[in-house]
Amino acid sequence: MHELSIARHAVELAAEQVRAAGYDRAAGITLRIGALTCVHKDALEFSFEVAARGTPLEGARLVIEELPVAIFCAACGETVELPGIQALRCPRCGAPSADVRQGDELELWSLEFSEES
Amino acid sequence: MKEPRILEVRTQVLKKNDELARALRRRFADCGVLAVNLVSSPGSGKTTLLTDTLRRLLAEGWRAAAVVGDLETDNDARRLAESGAPVRQIMTHGCCHLEADMVDRRLQGWELEALDFLFIENVGNLVCPTSWDLGESVRAALLSVAEGEDKPLKYPGLFHTSDVALLTKIDLAAACEFDRAACLENLRAVRPGMPVLETSAKTGTGMTAWIEYLTRAKAG
Repeated sequence: MHELSIARHAVELAAEQVRAAGYDRAAGITLRIGALTCVHKDALEFSFEVAARGTPLEGARLVIEELPVAIFCAACGETVELPGIQALRCPRCGAPSADVRQGDELELWSLEFSEES
Repeated sequence: MKEPRILEVRTQVLKKNDELARALRRRFADCGVLAVNLVSSPGSGKTTLLTDTLRRLLAEGWRAAAVVGDLETDNDARRLAESGAPVRQIMTHGCCHLEADMVDRRLQGWELEALDFLFIENVGNLVCPTSWDLGESVRAALLSVAEGEDKPLKYPGLFHTSDVALLTKIDLAAACEFDRAACLENLRAVRPGMPVLETSAKTGTGMTAWIEYLTRAKAG
């Protein structure tokens, strides 16, 4: 259950940003999570609610953008998106590639403030 | 009234951990110590492998030490200490992985300059340690032959972030009907090009190759 640790770090980081921007609280928060991090969306949503209690993020609308894995295939000369995370192999030509271009994100992407913030 | 607006932050959620890990990595490099993070599921043989690794390194004249993460007991630390190497315990009290600040705190007062190798035995878990950089130079994923060949496919994140895989308890391969070819194929599917070492800390199989891998990594 690493989602709780991740939620705590996200809330701590977001709270600093809220204060630095001169607001008391955020109305919304967007996280971008890559498929390779194996973060479970439901568990993160639940953990966020717990971690946000008593912070400027309490009650904020959480948006989690899930990003699929994309690798650079040298054979095709292109970055290709993968249907899953079980094989880092080009879906077109089958060549394996460890050159991951997307899918390991664990990012606080944005914060949203309303008039009451 | 304040203006409603969107603030683009675009920052790593684990920024603090990453920064601390970077500082640790610099410190390890400055002190000339190679830090190795051992990750695996519970029961794959991390402690047995590490005890034998420490013993072998000490016998060759290297200076090696270990910190070990465990939820509630110090059993592993006591087993590791039998090797003769200095060992410190990190009790995580329910936390399923180690974080850089736990390692940093536990290293306080330890003279890193007096070490060649520092092993960090993570909490047994194939998911949670993935995203937490501990400042290591080598992340080694252990997979015992008793666990099933498809573990890399079930937990691709952890194997993907590892530098080397160790197939442990290789002496039990036949009894476990271990499909070596399938396991290697699965490991290479989630981490193309990954070196794989087949080991048994019990019989000594592959341990020389593992020690050589470590000393090569140490030489950089």
